[in-house]
Amino acid sequence: MRAIVHVSLKPGVLDPQGRAVADALGRLGFDTVREARVGKTIELDLADGLSAEAAEAQVKAMCEKLLANPVIERFRVEIA
Amino acid sequence: MKSAVIVFPGSNCDRDAAVALERASGRAPEMVWHKDGRLPDGVDLVMLPGGFSYGDYLRCGAMAGASPIADAIRAHAGRGGYVLAVCNGFQVATEIGLLPGALLRNASLNFVCRPQPLRVASNSVFTARFGGVREVSFPIAHHEGNYFADPETLDRLEGEGRVAFRYLGNPNGSARDIAGIMSENGRVLGMMPHPERAIGGQEGGEDGQLLFDSLMSAA
Repeated sequence: MRAIVHVSLKPGVLDPQGRAVADALGRLGFDTVREARVGKTIELDLADGLSAEAAEAQVKAMCEKLLANPVIERFRVEIA
Repeated sequence: MKSAVIVFPGSNCDRDAAVALERASGRAPEMVWHKDGRLPDGVDLVMLPGGFSYGDYLRCGAMAGASPIADAIRAHAGRGGYVLAVCNGFQVATEIGLLPGALLRNASLNFVCRPQPLRVASNSVFTARFGGVREVSFPIAHHEGNYFADPETLDRLEGEGRVAFRYLGNPNGSARDIAGIMSENGRVLGMMPHPERAIGGQEGGEDGQLLFDSLMSAA
């Protein structure tokens, strides 16, 4: 079973990296970009035999403990 | 005062920290490898040094929360021990829950490395020897020093006199010019500037020595 964790900065937290990306896209002529936010994806290969619900609960606990910093980040878990 | 410096893989200010602590206390600190999992008996002060612990993987300071020494550091702080957390050490201190908030990428996106004027923002065991000196200069060198916390947390830190240092000329976008904050009991200080690089000698100035002298006279 695989889990995909998407971690991104919370709305309202300044993302200077995203701003630089948006600026660069604008310089390349992509003038439709109003804002860019940069996050990260973490792919987890999980042991077989877990139910999807149990896997999701475990991965959420992983996010709260290590994978994301709840002060500045939010996360979304996909079980595949 | 008996002190210990935690050495993580990727720490690179641990020896500077040791020199500063030995100069101030007359006693070499114990160097504690992160895998040791415990602190030596009778340690009064734990210093979390600067550097790039665990290669800054995931987030600066994040992996330290899962390190074998993390529980021992939390327990030390929990029983009222002193902790001085500098630069990457400050990032570690927020990640392992010793201090509120987080350190974001500098607003400029640039790594900043320069002498940085600071205002001493409160009286504490870390600043007792500043003797009314309100402006000091410590070196800074960081890429993720942009202090962030929600407005309620910032209000509480300010209201409780827990902002230890503020930047004069904000170098990184930190909320309310915050350069260093303390725990509720005033015994844990996290700061981005490097007092251990300002203890006299050929560079860095000597303002940092006052911070170490303050600490030594506290215990």
